[in-house]
Amino acid sequence: MDQSLRERPVARLRGAGSVGLPEEHSPGSPLSVHDLTVAYHRKPVIWDIDLEIPEGKLVGIVGPNGAGKSTLMKACLELVPRSSGEVRIFGEPYRAQRKLVGYVPQRESVDWDFPVSVLDVVAMGTYGRLGWLRPVNRRCKGLAMEALEKVGLADFAHRQISQLSGGQQQRVFLARALAQDARVYFMDEPFAAVDAATERAIVGILHDLKRRGRTCLVVHHDLATVEEYFDWLVMLNMRVVASGPTAEVFTAENLRKTYGGKLTLLSEAATAVSKEAGGAE
Amino acid sequence: MEWYVFDTWIVAVGALCAAACALAGSFLVLRRMSMMGDAISHAVLPGLAVAFLLTGSRTSVVMFIGAAATGVLTAVFTQWVSRLGNVERGASMGIVFTTLFALGLLLIARGAERVDLDPGCVLFGAIELTPLDVVADWTVFGVHLEIPRAFVVLGVVFLLNLAVVVFLFKELRISAFDPALATTLGLHAGFMHYLLMTMVAVTTVAAFEAVGSILVIAMLIVPPAAAHLLTDRLGTMVVLSVVLGVFCAAGGHAAAVFLPALTGHDAVSTSGMMAVAAGILFFAAALFAPRHGILAKGRRSPRG
Repeated sequence: MDQSLRERPVARLRGAGSVGLPEEHSPGSPLSVHDLTVAYHRKPVIWDIDLEIPEGKLVGIVGPNGAGKSTLMKACLELVPRSSGEVRIFGEPYRAQRKLVGYVPQRESVDWDFPVSVLDVVAMGTYGRLGWLRPVNRRCKGLAMEALEKVGLADFAHRQISQLSGGQQQRVFLARALAQDARVYFMDEPFAAVDAATERAIVGILHDLKRRGRTCLVVHHDLATVEEYFDWLVMLNMRVVASGPTAEVFTAENLRKTYGGKLTLLSEAATAVSKEAGGAE
Repeated sequence: MEWYVFDTWIVAVGALCAAACALAGSFLVLRRMSMMGDAISHAVLPGLAVAFLLTGSRTSVVMFIGAAATGVLTAVFTQWVSRLGNVERGASMGIVFTTLFALGLLLIARGAERVDLDPGCVLFGAIELTPLDVVADWTVFGVHLEIPRAFVVLGVVFLLNLAVVVFLFKELRISAFDPALATTLGLHAGFMHYLLMTMVAVTTVAAFEAVGSILVIAMLIVPPAAAHLLTDRLGTMVVLSVVLGVFCAAGGHAAAVFLPALTGHDAVSTSGMMAVAAGILFFAAALFAPRHGILAKGRRSPRG
């Protein structure tokens, strides 16, 4: 382990709900975040984040709007500048581990009128392995086609991307991530505004990835499905309110701490919890 | 009116200019940065003026590089003003390029007493005069060719742009479509942004003499925008925008040659007619495009 790691101060535990935060970066962890702060125009968006994500988990990231969920992902991927802190992917800085990390951005982040076919977009997942200057070859298209089959869109391969429904577009983004074949995935709201068929397809893909030992971090909004979909949960509201196995941290108290003050969300959370409690008995 | 060898050279220069512009412009249009082309083409003016006043010649390589550098700086300044001033990108672009353009005009107006640089030419170009500036005299298969300098300059820039588009096609595609993904895959989107800005700046400077700083935007944006309406594939779009651009150059000059005789007006500018031809082409594409055209959309969703 390198010098800088040994010299790091002991991670402080944040919030009553924090469970099992190890005191150092462990080299095997797909994502460990230490003292991460991101500020826009000097106003912190996320503050002093410490996280240690175990390998092979489906990790939900929940929190109210503006809690910094997307910013946390983008800061890990160096898409927004960090004010301070450190992010390690399997014990190494992100830059050295790029090939191991897949990113599924929000669907609204791209122009769906762009003149590319579905297959073209999925093949983009293989560009990282190709590197600079090498053109897209048949192998890339083959991998892209396999990924499209996995998300059930093989028949749409040669359509222009604007001809798909919102849910299908989301599946195209997932297929692209599958074609990349990463070890840890960052997915920004893949379940946002999708149809039931797509939601089932995405859950299927997540479980398939988990079976293959991949780690998935998923920004999620629907508290009613948190316990069903994720085995690890990060509850975020500028700071980490709680991080740990879903069964341990998805509690009414942590929900109140995470969503406190946001009344509509609070009641939604309460409903979700009481429903869960009712179901468990 | 008659057609001379002279006219063929004008069309050739116009065609190369349009083709070079279409290659760079396609990616500007797709990145929704069309106005950046406008900004850069205006902002190269102080670079041209300063280099011109310093070296006193219009042919120097120094002038070319100086102007292109100012163009790229526009992109850099826009980024800075947007970040430091906390203003939206479009506004910051407006601040940067109008300031630089005004500075350029001022320099030219001040220097115009001493040197021959006419603001009119700067704005609208002087493509009709380009065949007069000959750099090489070749006789190929018994045909005597007096090759204009503008033809060589634009030819080189066209080939450079073509090389970038061919060799970095996948990089241009992914950084235009999804810059965040491109960056996470190690294909640095920021680098591609400045590469494209450099292409636009160099192309603009080369196209300057032919179509001037105002009309170059028509060549950068209109053919790619029309091509975007006509196809759903990036490769096809780029090729098509080059073809449309060349067509505008030929049609524009033909109109400039034959229109005065038909309508009784005297002197119609070629670069102006190239922009008009581009406008007409775009209108036709917007109306008749197979999938995105107004008529096709009307047919798909009949109202009542």
